[in-house]
Amino acid sequence: MAQITLDNLAHSYLPNPKGEEDYALKQLDHVWGDGEAYALLGASGCGKSTLLNIISGLLVPSRGRILFGDRDVTHQDTVERNIAQVFQFPVVYDTMTVGDNLAFPLRNRGMDAAYVAARVQKIAAMIGMEEVLNRKARGLTADAKQKISLGRGMVREDVNAILFDEPLTVIDPHMKWELRTQLKALHNEFGHTMIYVTHDQTEALTFADKVVVMHDGRVVQLGTPEELFDTPEHTFVGYFIGSPGMNLIEAEVAGNLARCAGHAVRLGGTYKALQGRVQIGVRPEFVQLVSGEEGLPVTIKRVEDVGRHQIVRAEFQGRAINAVQLEGTPIPADANRMIFAPERINVYADDWRVAPLQSVATPQREAV
Amino acid sequence: MDKVQNNKAWFLVLPVLVLVAFSAVIPLMTVVNYSVQDTFGNNVFFWEGLGWFQEVLTSERVHAALGRQLAFSGIILAIQIPLGIAIAICMPKRGFWASVCLVLMALPLLIPWNVVGTIWQILGRTDIGLVGYALDKVGISWNYARNPVHAWVTVVIMDVWHWTSLVALLAYAGLQSIPQAYYQAAKIDQASRWKVFRYIELPKMQGVLLIAILLRFMDSFMIYTEPFVVTGGGPGSATSFLSIDLVKMALGQFDLGPAAAFSIMYFLVILLVSWVFYTVMTNLDKAEGR
Repeated sequence: MAQITLDNLAHSYLPNPKGEEDYALKQLDHVWGDGEAYALLGASGCGKSTLLNIISGLLVPSRGRILFGDRDVTHQDTVERNIAQVFQFPVVYDTMTVGDNLAFPLRNRGMDAAYVAARVQKIAAMIGMEEVLNRKARGLTADAKQKISLGRGMVREDVNAILFDEPLTVIDPHMKWELRTQLKALHNEFGHTMIYVTHDQTEALTFADKVVVMHDGRVVQLGTPEELFDTPEHTFVGYFIGSPGMNLIEAEVAGNLARCAGHAVRLGGTYKALQGRVQIGVRPEFVQLVSGEEGLPVTIKRVEDVGRHQIVRAEFQGRAINAVQLEGTPIPADANRMIFAPERINVYADDWRVAPLQSVATPQREAV
Repeated sequence: MDKVQNNKAWFLVLPVLVLVAFSAVIPLMTVVNYSVQDTFGNNVFFWEGLGWFQEVLTSERVHAALGRQLAFSGIILAIQIPLGIAIAICMPKRGFWASVCLVLMALPLLIPWNVVGTIWQILGRTDIGLVGYALDKVGISWNYARNPVHAWVTVVIMDVWHWTSLVALLAYAGLQSIPQAYYQAAKIDQASRWKVFRYIELPKMQGVLLIAILLRFMDSFMIYTEPFVVTGGGPGSATSFLSIDLVKMALGQFDLGPAAAFSIMYFLVILLVSWVFYTVMTNLDKAEGR
């Protein structure tokens, strides 16, 4: 197990990258802690698989170094790096039994037979496949095959890291939950560094200690699920995470006041004069529907009841704006305004978050 | 919409019935007709019953031809299948050279059978043939027209040259369809090259290899043109495989009755083998849960 250092890493699939846009993975500099669970989250084509392949050793980065602990592994292959990887689609050896599949990585490394048997039993118990250990892997369902893949990824104890490349894509929804919980339990038990690639925010937020949000070849934020929710560093994080995502409204910001199409919105902090495209962002959870003269005038389009809360879909100056109301909170019949909790408003200049010069203390996140 | 029952629709099946009748049913029935009758010429036939079948079944000549045929098919399968797999594994997987290899591999398959026979007939000659001449120079007096072993070696090498490509291309297609993740996973599992072949490539190629074996078996079981051009079935009857023997019997000696009985049994053997392969393959598919 080791701490993973990404030192000035960048990758381009072109032989002679010229500008910034030629890079599939733009320069990044991170230290990922030993024994933590990370999720790489982003839409398809954002560079998360490129980053994963660089960490696993399938790709050599165009620039920069990658270190496991103090060891430079940039040019080492997957085997030398001693990592395990679970792929998007199940990879099982069809002609072997389930047990042989699990034992395969250990036997190839010449482990002692008794140790292999014990380890296989343990992993089988974990993935709930003790009953079928002696069955051929061929003909099992995709779920079961992927569980074998997960098991094979976890069977070695001495790996530096375990990488998961969207491993639950082929799994049934109810099974996803169970497997994710198991993975989390395994992580707590063994403390392997785990890196989990996904485009599903729920998966990322429930699995990981730290979520690495990627957008357009760049890591736009690395933080805990709370940080991603409370202070998205980039508008992409704002609208990608959350359901629905953050409301972004064009505004002019001066001091602690924002003006959105002429309507004043009070902010939680004071800001210096901003250049470029300025937006304010507020999560639907912190939007309140009122009637009266205060707040932004909106037209309510419809209300969706999704069980524990209601999503109010509205429009402000022709742009969609959403609010989340807890179940049981009445929506005033004549509601035509929205007001935002000032300390929950983030300000963005050219898509990047601007920290206020001075702010009121960030309040604790309320359960929604 | 209501289903309209219109028996005139059966006429739509007529063209295919006519085609199949002329291309398969009528010729086959003619053969069946011959197989149960005898003639002394002048188009006068009389009933023979299963006599010809008994004669063919107990004929030592047919037994010998069948033995040679099985030996030939066995030998070429034993060479072509492993060789084809090996070539497929060595071929580049993508890029310019992959295309070059594919074109080169496909070339022998495009050459007409009698031309293949002629090529190897000439190659093996000691006066003007490259191979025969070279062998002669190193002290082996090559003569496929006199020496049965030489004749066999020539015919086998010719078939290997002609058809290994087919096995290689099928195996190549099978290999190409293996997702890259399998190789990556095997690498991470530290599997040796042999284990990658044994546990990933071979199982994944199983389907195409069965097709390759079936095609090569049937084709080699029916081989006629190439050995006919090269050796004419000789020396003696050393390379008279079933079809060559059958043609000798039917057209050379004009023994229509025994030849018809012979070809019907020949047909049944191929049908049986195909059925066995088909059953095995569909069962395999079922086992994979497809």
